[in-house]
Formats: sequence, structure tokens, C-alpha cells
Amino acid sequence: MNSIVLGNIFRFVLLLAVQILVFNNMNFWGYVTAFPYILFIILYPVNGNKYGLLVSSFFLGLIMDLFCNSGGVHATACVLLAYIRPSFFKFSFGLSYEYQTVKLNDVLTPERFTFILLSVITHNFTLFLLESFQISFFLDVLLRTLLSTVFTIITCIILIYLIKPNKR
Amino acid sequence: MQQIFSFIIKNSNRLLFLLLLGISLSLTIQSHSFHKSKVISSANFLSGGVYERINSFEEYLHLKEQNEELALENANLKSLLFKTKDTLKAPNLDSLKGVLPKDIIVSRVIHNSYNVYENFLTLNSGAKSGVKPDMGVINSLGIVGIIDNVSANYSTVISILNIKSQINAKIKNSDHFGTLNWDGKSTGFVQLIDVPRLASIRKGDTIVTGGQSVIFPENIGIGTIDKIFIPDDKTHYYTINVKLFNDMTNLGYVYIIKSKDNEEIKNLEKLGKDE
Repeated sequence: MNSIVLGNIFRFVLLLAVQILVFNNMNFWGYVTAFPYILFIILYPVNGNKYGLLVSSFFLGLIMDLFCNSGGVHATACVLLAYIRPSFFKFSFGLSYEYQTVKLNDVLTPERFTFILLSVITHNFTLFLLESFQISFFLDVLLRTLLSTVFTIITCIILIYLIKPNKR
Repeated sequence: MQQIFSFIIKNSNRLLFLLLLGISLSLTIQSHSFHKSKVISSANFLSGGVYERINSFEEYLHLKEQNEELALENANLKSLLFKTKDTLKAPNLDSLKGVLPKDIIVSRVIHNSYNVYENFLTLNSGAKSGVKPDMGVINSLGIVGIIDNVSANYSTVISILNIKSQINAKIKNSDHFGTLNWDGKSTGFVQLIDVPRLASIRKGDTIVTGGQSVIFPENIGIGTIDKIFIPDDKTHYYTINVKLFNDMTNLGYVYIIKSKDNEEIKNLEKLGKDE
């Protein structure tokens, strides 16, 4: 139990550092950014503490906002994703997901991909919608969501396989 | 009473979610409302400190460009010096009229964003160096933005690439004013709106800051006219696409302008409103 908590804290710090130091400075075509820091929410243990997930997601987003000068945009998107994460589990892995001990950092199956895709789309769409805060930018928001989702998923999958524990 | 408790316990997850969502949404909405400083900004010791560390490494990569920029600016100032007949007399710099050297704070951009609708810069000088909100920020090429939040050692700047930014600007050598804002599309262009159609303007004309704002001195460069169009037939105003002198994606050292008259004018205008 303790090692899981420590692992989560480690992941929290590491993903934030990677996001702020590397990915925030990478802008494809000037406005598309990948957000692999949400891997923290995606990889949080399935049977882990629900309140812990909500609170830590809130602070994860808040720290991102602190660095991006974006008010509370990241915090809102993260809290929303953390809250609807169980429904996405249910949707992608079937009703009895809690008993099957879903492991995300393993071979990429369609179920796992669906789950990551849904999470990333939800987060990015909320993020860009709140960031623009104007209906006149709606088409632009959709375009940004689409492009960012593609890049975020690619980086997420690469990162999952990079930090995949070797223990069997 | 017991029912209330059991309701809270049963729905504790949802209630916690609603609480956190409420906090973050109110922070978001607060940040979008104009004329209000943010609660969450990168002018604090954590993000400011991290950005300063990163920047102190990155600085070395741009030393060559910085040197070239400085040499150009020096050459420019030298040429002004040679033009005056008495070289011993200090030049009367048009663009910095009414600003004494002690009124300029030199600072460095330690973080720059240009890929969202509301872009901000972080500078490595704050209240300790005398920076206050609503001061103008320029560099050797032209305007950069306006100071927003200030902490002890850092400050944030509303970039001109921010859809909320509104700066008074005019066409050089004429007195036709307009408002400068950004449509959120390209980092190289900003828009000058509400220029009367009486104004005789051509593509390539220079746009400079106007004298109506107390934040910037008059005649600081902004950019050149790229395209002129009329938004719809009913208005009597032009909208002008302005190509910026500055490359907003690559900023190094900047100057923060302390306007002497800022407070006096503000107090005067407040008096007028109160009556």
C-alpha cells in the first residue's frame, strides 16, 4: 500500500516536471501542445482512494495553471476527468472492471486504447473550451482539441512504455 | 439530522467533486474577467524560481542574437547622437520623451507563451526593483505588453498577443487613433480597429503608440500596416492588420517604463468620475 502511494507521488512530480520543462515548450505549428501530465490521472490505481484521486488531480491542474498563467483551466479539466474516470473504465472494460484488476501499463489492447482516447479527448476539449471562453472560437477549439489529442495520445503511449515496470 | 449525515456520507465523492469543480471554475471565470488581477499567476517564488533556473541555461543559446540586437540598438542611438549638432548635448529622443533613464527598469523575459488566446510573459524583476501593475513593457524593437501581476521578485506581463489586451495606437505622423488588439490567430500580426475612414493610410505605413494612454510614451514602434479592410459596410472605420516589428516568440531583455504622470492622471480622472 505504502509503495503505491509513494509511486503515485513520484509519478505526480515526475510528470509535472516533464510537462513543464519539456512539453510546454514544444509547440507544433505554433499552437498544438501535448499534455502527457494527465497520465497521472489515467494511471492512478483502479481501486485507489477516490477522494485522493480527486484532490490530487485538483492540485495537479492547479500547479499547471500556476505555470501556464491560465487561471483555473487545467484544474477544472483535471477534476472533471478524475470524476468521470470510473464511467470510462466501465465503458471500455465492461461492467466488472473493478474485479479484473485492470492494468493499463501493459500490452496495448483496444480496450486500453479506448480508455486513453476517451480520457484525453475529455480533458483537452474541456481545457480548450474554457481557455477560449468565447463561442466565436468554437471551430478553432475543435481543431485544437483534435490535433492536441493526437499528439497527447502518441506521447502518452510512448511514456507508458518507457516507464513500464519490468517486474512480472 | 441523521438523514442529512447519511446523505453527505453517501454522496461524499460527488460533493467533493462539486466543491473542487466550483473552486476551479470560479478561478477560471475570475481569470477571464477583465480588469482583475489573477489569484493564480506565475509571478510567485515557485514558478518564477523554476522559470528563472531554466532561463539561465537557455540564455546562453541566444547570446549571439542578443548581442546583434544590442549592437543594432547602439548603432541606432549613435546615429541619433551624430545627427544632433552639439554632440555633447544629450539627444532628445522622440520615442522616450518625458522618460528619464531612472524611470526605465531593465528586465529579462524568463517565460514566454504565445500558443493560447490569453498569453502572458514572466519577467525576473518585481516589486523589489520598483515594478508596479499597469507599467508598459517595451524592447528595442517595439512594445511587448503591460505589467499585470507583481510579486517580490517576479512579475507577469499581459502580452500584446492576448485577446484581452487593448492598447491605444496611432498612425505615425498623423493623429488618427485606434485601438490595438489581437484576434488570436497569428503570432506575427495584431489588429488596429476603429481607425476613421478619413485617415489617409497606405500599406507599409508605421503604427506607433498613441499619446492618449498613460502607460506608454508616445511614438514607440509597434509594426507596419499589412492589410486594410472595412469589417462591414455600415461602419465608418477601418480595421488594419499590423505586422509586428517584434518577434513575440523570441524575446530576451525588455525595458519596463515607469510613467511619472501615471498616478497623477489616474487620480485626476478618478476625481472627474466621482463628481
